[in-house]
Amino acid sequence: MTSAEKNRIKDKLFGYFGLACTLFGIIMLLVFLSDIVMKGWEKVDFDFLTNYSSSRPKKAGIYPALAGTLWILGLTALIAIPIGIAAGIYFEEYAKKSKMANFLEINLANLAGVPSIIYGLLGLQIFVRSLNFGASILAGACTLALLILPIIIVSTREALKAVPDSIRQASYGMGANTWQTIWHQVLPASAGGIITGIILAISRAIGETAPLIVIGAATYITYIPEGPMDKFTVLPMQVYDWIGMPDPEFAKNAAGGIIILLLITFLLNGIAVYLRNRWQKKVKW
Amino acid sequence: MKKLILSTLALSALFSFSSCGGSASGEGSVSDSTATLSGNVNIDGSSTVLPITKLVVEDFNGANPKVNFAVAAGGTGSGFKKFIRKEIDICDASRPIKDSEAHECDSLGIKYQELEIGKDGLSIVVHPENTWLTSITVAELKMIWEPAAEGKIMKWNQIRKEWPNEPIHLHGAGHESGTFEYFTEVINGKKGACRTDYNASENDNQLVQGVSGDKFSLGFFGFGYYETNKTKLKIVAVDNGTGAITPNETTIMDGTYAPLSRPLFIYVNAESAKKAEVAAFVDYYLTNAPTLVKEAHYVALPADKYKEEAAKWDAFVKGLK
Repeated sequence: MTSAEKNRIKDKLFGYFGLACTLFGIIMLLVFLSDIVMKGWEKVDFDFLTNYSSSRPKKAGIYPALAGTLWILGLTALIAIPIGIAAGIYFEEYAKKSKMANFLEINLANLAGVPSIIYGLLGLQIFVRSLNFGASILAGACTLALLILPIIIVSTREALKAVPDSIRQASYGMGANTWQTIWHQVLPASAGGIITGIILAISRAIGETAPLIVIGAATYITYIPEGPMDKFTVLPMQVYDWIGMPDPEFAKNAAGGIIILLLITFLLNGIAVYLRNRWQKKVKW
Repeated sequence: MKKLILSTLALSALFSFSSCGGSASGEGSVSDSTATLSGNVNIDGSSTVLPITKLVVEDFNGANPKVNFAVAAGGTGSGFKKFIRKEIDICDASRPIKDSEAHECDSLGIKYQELEIGKDGLSIVVHPENTWLTSITVAELKMIWEPAAEGKIMKWNQIRKEWPNEPIHLHGAGHESGTFEYFTEVINGKKGACRTDYNASENDNQLVQGVSGDKFSLGFFGFGYYETNKTKLKIVAVDNGTGAITPNETTIMDGTYAPLSRPLFIYVNAESAKKAEVAAFVDYYLTNAPTLVKEAHYVALPADKYKEEAAKWDAFVKGLK
């Protein structure tokens, strides 16, 4: 066998190995999904969506948790998006290579790796106690906004980096200043990437449980929150509570809750994919 | 989605309506004012007591839909911290208040009432196919669980010679739970002192899974989890020197299942007790505890004991006026 043939075989084997690795992940996901759907599908109906939680598994629904999740989702986005994009623009377009910028960058990278429960402790001290928000939606949203800020900033920077420098130079050449260049050229060109990053960050936020438990979010609530200062619970906390119940019937409720949570995540990811494709087609240089 | 918006509207309408009626109902007697009760009640504390409190809240709320409840379960310790910071009205507790916590309340002028609402018996369980273990002494439990056992007591025959020469697999409550504190205190003699090489979980269902899937396992958790998983587990009688006692409703209630039966409490803040909705809720709690405690798979107190607690509560509420 010549060495060329040997290399070809190696090449093929590596190809199969890569395929096996890809399939492994996908099959695991499929097994998990089908298990959850088989256990929980019978639970998912209109009553399940509109009933309050209950200690009697047959009557228990996710209404307050669903409402809480939507509140948290909206408010977190409202807080994190403007700050995240602005910080990303600063880093990429304004910050000169300096010690200060370097220092900020290192800290940003570190923040992205901090375990979520640490953000919970931070939120408890700053938002719940010092700022006196209590265990409210506002405190929860602020905490989660902090948690996803690094993700939004990093993805904004990546999207901005992908815009060719020639666009900026051309804009400056026409007499535009930095802000005009960013607003009229760079941002529209990078919007697809930025929005994708934001949506992925938010779908991470709605799956978080640990930081919300730490700030003292309720596990059982008998009303629908009406304002940002109300107490709340969210879907993952409801699922966690049900999994811990002694009655095995609650496992089905938990599976039902997971299905709804997954649907919301898939929906958000779907929107992200759609927007990315739309913007990619629009942008032509 | 439409329903969500509609209900939110309906709720806000209710809210604005009820906040007008709130002050009027404050002074009325409980039975007259239940129809117009409104307000917010915040509860936190033991996750062991949570299932009972949830049931009471649910039933009470059915009759008083305008009272808004938020129930959290951060653990007894964290519940008392919030109680001291006046962040909650009622604290669920799976142990009595500690001296240090009581001192803090005194120094801040916080008055409160302790009410016993039921009992739990920590159960020692093994796999159903375990034929050798039917009763165990407190000393043997200590031998298995004390910190000195770590890495040493690894086989069944190290505890009793006639037991099999097989590894022993331990499952128990995690460090954050009141169950862990209570178990280590009464078995190992010191709160929190325990070997660490065992499968620890705050989630009792994981412990049930662990014990029921392994012939050579031994675990402990609340009686409620044994009750609902009876077919998958075998319960072990505990001998504290006066004979082996199997935990069941009678032995837990009368305290003969010692030292592993423990009282469950709620603590009510005096300022909160002045609010009609809190007072009515606690009344409802004590009246319905006998059935609801059982429904939550815990052990109800004797009827006399509930009357005693109710009398304490009445005296406390009257004392506030």
